[in-house]
Amino acid sequence: MHEYSIVQSLVDAVETSSRSQHAIVRNIEVRIGELSGVDPELLLTAFQVFREGTCCTRSTMTIERVPARWCCPRCVQEIPKGSVLRCAFCHQPAELASGDEIILQRIELEVV
Amino acid sequence: MCQDCGCGDTNLVPVEVQKRILSRNDSVAAHNRDHFAQKHIFTVNLMGSPGAGKTAVLEATAKAFKGGQRLGALAGDLATDNDAKRLERAGIRSKAITTGQTCHLDAEMVHHALHGFDLGGIDYFFIENVGNLVCPAVYDLGQTVNVVCLSVT
Repeated sequence: MHEYSIVQSLVDAVETSSRSQHAIVRNIEVRIGELSGVDPELLLTAFQVFREGTCCTRSTMTIERVPARWCCPRCVQEIPKGSVLRCAFCHQPAELASGDEIILQRIELEVV
Repeated sequence: MCQDCGCGDTNLVPVEVQKRILSRNDSVAAHNRDHFAQKHIFTVNLMGSPGAGKTAVLEATAKAFKGGQRLGALAGDLATDNDAKRLERAGIRSKAITTGQTCHLDAEMVHHALHGFDLGGIDYFFIENVGNLVCPAVYDLGQTVNVVCLSVT
C-alpha cells in the first residue's frame, strides 16, 4: 500500500509542471505498468483523498495501463507473456521492454 | 472559457510532461549511489517477505566473512530496532530505520540515515529493506545490486 507516497510524488510533479501557468489543473494522465507494483484502483482512491487542498483539488485522473512485454536483448524478438523468459533463438534471458513504468504523461489545464 | 466565440466551452490546454513520478526518489538514489561509489563501497538492497530470513542471511554473511571484510548495514523496520541490534551483535556496524506506517524504504530515508553513520573502512554495505515483496521493488535506493531472500520451506 505505497500508493499514497506515489500520489504525493505525483502531486508534487504536477505542482512543479503547472506552477508557472495561471491555470486550473483539470485532468492528469498517468501511465502505470502492469509490473510496476502500483494498483491502479488504489492509486485512484489515494489520489481522490490526497488531492484535497493541493493544486489537483479540481482534477480528475486518467490511468493508462501498460501491459508487460518482454524482448530478447540481442535479437529484439518479442517473448510471449507466460512463456519461459528466455529467447528461443539466442537463449538470452528476456529483458522487460515495457510494463514497469510509473509516468506522469500529460496534464490538462483550464486557462483562466 | 472560450474567448473566441462565446460558446462557453472550457479552454483546455494539454501539457506533455512524460516524467517518472518517482524522479525525485531517483535523483536522491543517484546521490546515494555517488556517495557509495566515492567510498568504494559495494551496496546491497536486501529484500524479502516478513520472516524470509533477511537478518539471518546477514548474520550468516558476517560469520562467513570472519571479520575479513568490514560490513555495515541499515535495517528497515516498521516499528522496532531489533534487527539492527541483531546485526550489531553479529559484528555488522548497523543503524535502524523505523518507517512507522511506510511499508518500504525510499532513497530519502536511506540518505537521511546515512547522515551520522560512519562509513569509514566499510567494504560491503547492506540495506535490509522492510519485510515486503511489493513496494520495496519500486524504489531505487542507490544500491549496487538487488538481492532477494526467499524462504522455500
